[in-house]
Parts: sequence; C-alpha cells; structure tokens
Amino acid sequence: MTKRSWLTSSPVAAVVLPIIGLVAAITLWWGATVVFSIEPFLLPGPWDVLVKFFDQPGQLLSETGTSLLETIEGFLLAIVIGVPIALVIVRSVILERLVYPLLLMVNSIPKVAVAPLLVVWMGFGQWPKVVMVLLMCFFPIVISTAQGMKSTPTELVELMRSLNATRTQEFFKLRLRYAMPQIFTGFKVAISLAVIGSVIAEFVGATKGLGYVIQQSGASADTTLAFAAIALLSVMSIILFYGLVLLEHILLPWAQEKR
Amino acid sequence: MIRLNGVGQVFDGREGSVTALEEIDLHVRGGEFVTLIGRSGCGKSTLLRLIAGLLVPTSGSVQVAGEPVTGPRRDVSFMFQRPALLPWRSVLSNVMLPVEIDKGRGGRGKAEYRDRAHQLLELVGLQGFERRLPHELSGGMQQRVSLCRSLMRDPQVMLMDEPFSALDALTRTELSEELQRIKMELSTTIVFVTHSIEEAVVLADRVVVLTPRPGRMREVVDIDIPRPRSLGQDAHLTEVAAISGRLHALLSEKADVRPVDEVPR
Repeated sequence: MTKRSWLTSSPVAAVVLPIIGLVAAITLWWGATVVFSIEPFLLPGPWDVLVKFFDQPGQLLSETGTSLLETIEGFLLAIVIGVPIALVIVRSVILERLVYPLLLMVNSIPKVAVAPLLVVWMGFGQWPKVVMVLLMCFFPIVISTAQGMKSTPTELVELMRSLNATRTQEFFKLRLRYAMPQIFTGFKVAISLAVIGSVIAEFVGATKGLGYVIQQSGASADTTLAFAAIALLSVMSIILFYGLVLLEHILLPWAQEKR
Repeated sequence: MIRLNGVGQVFDGREGSVTALEEIDLHVRGGEFVTLIGRSGCGKSTLLRLIAGLLVPTSGSVQVAGEPVTGPRRDVSFMFQRPALLPWRSVLSNVMLPVEIDKGRGGRGKAEYRDRAHQLLELVGLQGFERRLPHELSGGMQQRVSLCRSLMRDPQVMLMDEPFSALDALTRTELSEELQRIKMELSTTIVFVTHSIEEAVVLADRVVVLTPRPGRMREVVDIDIPRPRSLGQDAHLTEVAAISGRLHALLSEKADVRPVDEVPR
C-alpha cells in the first residue's frame, strides 16, 4: 500500500488548502484589475471592496443579518414540510404517483417569475422571502429524503423482521437512521439554493437585505457596494454549508468512512 | 424441534410462477446440527426463511418446538450471509439490538443483558472492541459480532444462511471451529445453509442434499466423524474427503451413486 500524502490526509491541510485556493483567486482578481487597468466602476479591486465594507460595516452586517434570518427560516420550514412529505411518499406508491408530478411541476417553474406574485399575495414583509427560500429548498430535500428512505439494504430489513421488530422500531431504528447521510446531502444542496432564494425575493419588493443592497447599488452604479454585498453573500453561503458539514460530522460519525 | 411436512413454495414472478421448493419432509431433532447443501437456486435459503417465519409456505406445514410457525419467533435466531450490522451502532450496541427490540415490545430492561453481551463478545475473542464501529472491523470480526447478536436471546434454534461464505479461507476455518465449540457448549439446534461441501461435512450431524428447480430433497447423509472436527490443523481430511466425494457426486446429479456405507472410511 502506498503511503498517503500529507496533503490528502492531514486535517491541517484540509483547512490550509482551501485558504490557499481562495487567496490565489483573490490575487488573480487583483492582478487583473491592475494589469488591464480596469475602471473601478466596471470591476473594483479586492481592496476597494474591503474599504467599502469598512465604510459602513454596521449597516452591511445588519443587511446580512436580515438575509441570513430569511434564509435559515425558509430552510428550516422546508425541512419541517419537506421531510414528512418525503416519508409519506415513500410509504405509499399511490401517493407518490399522485404527488410526484406536482412536485416536479412546482420545481420546474422559474422562481424569479413567482417573486412578484409572492409580493402581491404576502406584501413587503419577510414572509414572501421566507416562502421563496422554502420553494428553492423544498425539492432537493424531498428527493434526497425519499431516496435515502428507499436505500435501506434488504438484508437489514430482513434482520429487523427476523428480530420481530415492530414497524415503528423498523422505521426509527433502521430506515430513518440509514437515510440520514442522504438526507444531509439534500440539506447541503438546499442550503446554497436557500441563499439564492433570499436574494431573488429581495430583488422584488424589499427594503432591506443583501439582495436589496445589490439592486440599489445597480441603480446608483455603485459597483463596489454590489461587490461587497456579493462577497458577504458568498461568505454567508460558505459558513452555512460548512456548518452543515460540521453538524454531519458530529451527528453521523459512522457515515464518514464511506467517502 | 423443527418439523417440515410436505412443504412447498411457489413464487409468482413476472414470467409466470416458479416452484422453489417441493415436498420437503424434514425432522430436525433438538440439539442437532443439520446443514443444507445444494447448487444456487435450489431453494435452500428459501427453506431457511420458511423455518424462520420470514416466509409463509404455499403448501405443507412448518413447526418449531411443536407449534406451527406463523412469524419470526423469539427463540429462533437468523444469521445472514453478510454481517448485517447497523453501521452507526457500536459493536456492543449491535449485539444488544435484539433485547432492545424486546424492550420496545415490553420485555425486560437492557441493563440485565449487558453482562451477557460482554460474555458473548469474550467468547468470540472480541473483548476490547465493544466501542468500535462496524467499519473499523475486518469481515471476520464483523461476522463474529453478528454471531454474538444471534446468540443474545439464548435461541433454541439458530438458522444460518451461508454465514461464512464471504470470508477468506483461514477466517472461515477459524469461525467454523468456533461455531462447533459454541454449539457443544450451548446445545442449540442449528440449521446451516452452505454451498461448500467440506463445510457441510465438517459442521453437520446430518447433511441434507437438495436438487435444484424445483428444490427437492435428494438425500440425507449422516456424518459420524468424531467432534471437534477441523479443516485446518489435525484435520479429519480422509473421512471428510470420503463423504465429500459422495456428496459431490450427488450434487452433480450423476446416475450411479454408491450408497454411503460402501464408501471406504
């Protein structure tokens, strides 16, 4: 057996390598603005963006907080609604055939088209944003949960049967536990979509949030401000994603070895 | 202990029905070790599932301990070809699963069984591994855990579906020795399915030979080689080879098969 390289096995490298990648990308960006002497209102350099952020850090962080709250609320709502729907679908072929095309249809609608409608229906508060996030997250969560619930190996089901387990025991002690890694995969796909959902909703009929900031900065040609907001969005996205990865590590240590 | 009368099993498939088993009459005495042997598709796993109550026979009757089998019984354990361990549970917690399920159905508390679980793990040489997760163990160790789990309820009958077939030859020999030792200690009734002729001979008091499509009983062969038997060191190679040769002939469906007492011992 060949010895595994330090770069693939060490936990330090697992943190250092992404940082190197990020720094390299930012340097490239900075280099491009300098070498091609691009006007800041077309493409501001990383430094300009940083300065912009520190011009009004409180203001931007509070906008981030607004978007973050909408994202998390919509995401949690999608879990609360999506997981039970998936569980019901898995139990009944009839329901699956009845509901599945509807889910597909809802998912195939471009969410941008729905955003103004949500404003008409729910006003300018946070609800249309939360619902938009829910619409974005819902599908991957339902699909991955349903797939996970179907992936239980037959031998383990037979084991539970041979031990005379009740249906409830089979569900909680086996099927749901076995589906958890796949459910988490759905969560990880959904959380990135959730951030996008909140921005789409804030583009239409919002008075706060990072999406609103981006839209306003477009109107006033403040490219640097738009970049600052986008940077904050991606930081938020990354933190949420790795938060889920961390949670998975803590809750499902047994699932790590499969990768 | 186990009584099968005229048992038949027909499966309805997409391309018509398939007769898996036909006219199986078998009586396994208490404490007996019976191996079922046959080619793949001869219905030996089906037969085991019928005794386990995982399947209901299309015809005939299955009785365990004098009662007709209507579903899985608490005093009958089943061991699979693969370890079938729950990957998120530690070794100890996997072994405790059967009694945990009993508790959920109103059985006694778990704590009373903890000592028993430790004792069983020690019996198969897994002391010190109680807190490990299944993926940290080798295939042989996982199957040992599975063996402990199937002993947890002190079963009267153990049904084993090719439990050692996925293991390497050395581990296989070790485990079959361990199983014989445990068997002698606990005097459990065992029905063991295998497609390895040697394994069938080494383990069994009686070998039941099944023919495929539909699965019928070809012959029942008594094995009276003294125990403990082994395929490894001090192997009873000549005795095992003699009977194996005859079983081999039976399985390859040759017309002229000498009766067992003409086989040189």
